[in-house]
Amino acid sequence: MTDETHVDGNALGGLLMEVFGHEMTDARGCCDSCGTVNQVGAMLVYRGPGDVMRCPACANVVIVAVTLHERTRLHLSSLRWLEPAPR
Amino acid sequence: MTFISRGFQRRQAPAASSDRLPPGQYVTRDFPVLSAGPTPRIGLDEWRFEIIGQVDRPRGWSWQELTALPAEEVTVDIHCVTKWSKLDTSWRGVSLDTVLDGVETAADQVMAHSYGGYTTNLPLEDITGGRAWIAYEYDGEPLAAEHGGPARLLVPHLYFWKSAKWVRALELRDTDEPGFWEGYGYHNYGDPWREQRYSGD
Amino acid sequence: MARAAVLRRLTWAIAEVTDRIDETPRVRSLTFDVPGWPGHLPGQHIDVRLTAEDGYQAQRSYSISTPADGARVTITVERLEDGEVSTYLTDILELGDRIELRGPIGGYFVWEPSRGGPLGLIGGGSGVAPLMAMLRARVAADCDVPVRMLCSWRTAEDVIYADELAAIARDANEVSITHTLTRSAPDGWSGRRGRLDQEALSQLAWPSELEPLTCVCGPTGFVEAVAAALVELGHGPHRILTERFGPTGG
Repeated sequence: MTDETHVDGNALGGLLMEVFGHEMTDARGCCDSCGTVNQVGAMLVYRGPGDVMRCPACANVVIVAVTLHERTRLHLSSLRWLEPAPR
Repeated sequence: MTFISRGFQRRQAPAASSDRLPPGQYVTRDFPVLSAGPTPRIGLDEWRFEIIGQVDRPRGWSWQELTALPAEEVTVDIHCVTKWSKLDTSWRGVSLDTVLDGVETAADQVMAHSYGGYTTNLPLEDITGGRAWIAYEYDGEPLAAEHGGPARLLVPHLYFWKSAKWVRALELRDTDEPGFWEGYGYHNYGDPWREQRYSGD
Repeated sequence: MARAAVLRRLTWAIAEVTDRIDETPRVRSLTFDVPGWPGHLPGQHIDVRLTAEDGYQAQRSYSISTPADGARVTITVERLEDGEVSTYLTDILELGDRIELRGPIGGYFVWEPSRGGPLGLIGGGSGVAPLMAMLRARVAADCDVPVRMLCSWRTAEDVIYADELAAIARDANEVSITHTLTRSAPDGWSGRRGRLDQEALSQLAWPSELEPLTCVCGPTGFVEAVAAALVELGHGPHRILTERFGPTGG
């Protein structure tokens, strides 16, 4: 049965713009677990107390975003690299 | 100056007595689903629950065995770190006191492990003394997968991220290690009455 | 204008409600006048933030359903029974009220005529909103990108933008629009019935050999099923852009 609770990287568009200062959903990211490259907007996002971004190929946790006392912290847990789109 | 939205109010059930609500919480009528990953789908014939780690010998139960243990109906208030609280939620499950009965250990810490890889850590004393259950029914129905079914840990006196969904094992340890959310900045203990949401609170 | 839409730093702005259109009994489009709006690309969204007098805040994302038009930004909101924000937007907000929002956001789920085609737009329920921005941009540009739009609704009463879509299908070159109803259809319904499963998509979506770019939007389950079916039909995963609204559809 399909899991229906997640959304995608678009949902973190605003938060990522706050952290990086520019659009990031079309940035490419490489999963450190399986090496697959995807645009951030295509990654899977699970919403809990924090937001967990997972690789669509292997489901490994790539980024975790938490807001602790008004401050946003981004854990780049298993992101081998991140490459913003050319502007 | 913060902009106030004309006529906007939070959705809230009629006022509950304030002594039932921890600081910073509000009462909700629905039951939000929060998750850190895909909902695991475990067949009841392959499901197992285990007590492992620093114990005299590991214990394990199949679904039939666990649900044959003496169970309790409990009605409790639950509090999520994202600020919603749900009062008078009813569950059916096996008390951890029953599960741990006869288990010999010198350990005082627990790591709960879930199907799908989620973890959360608790002191052993917080899951004993009638304060925790392996719950498999909610509101009179089998626990839905999105809410942690077939069975989840239920520890209502702590923030609800400690009530691990899809629980499959409790590992008894003598050293404390942070679980999933604890490792990402959430409080190591998580007492809603002391508003211990984030580490350092 | 388009480049500015992705360069500008994101700050909260206070916008005024200038128009409201009831699309269906449960769906309303709201137009805001946003001071300093830099323009946006079809497919981008805004974040809306509501603050109560006691300081409680709620925030949601809404797709922009119109192409760039000066300082005007339109969103299409489905009223969800338990929706804290959607019910405020559909029941309480009036012309002249002000609202806090930020944007435009999104660089992945976007399409503009320069990206070419063929273009597939596949939407479920309110997921049609960002696709409408793309379609309206395509029509306004009067370019030669061929479009196949597939919209899935529960009943005929749920169809959003019905008249405008009919007019576009009739008047625009190389734009075909198909509606399907999944729950019940009225007598005389000339569209399709049933879900957009692999069988339906094999007949209605662009053939994969043409290497179309397909944008899929709606509830998560809908998007997953459609995207998986397109891959089965030979579409490259990188040619399928998705925007999942979550279990409730937004």
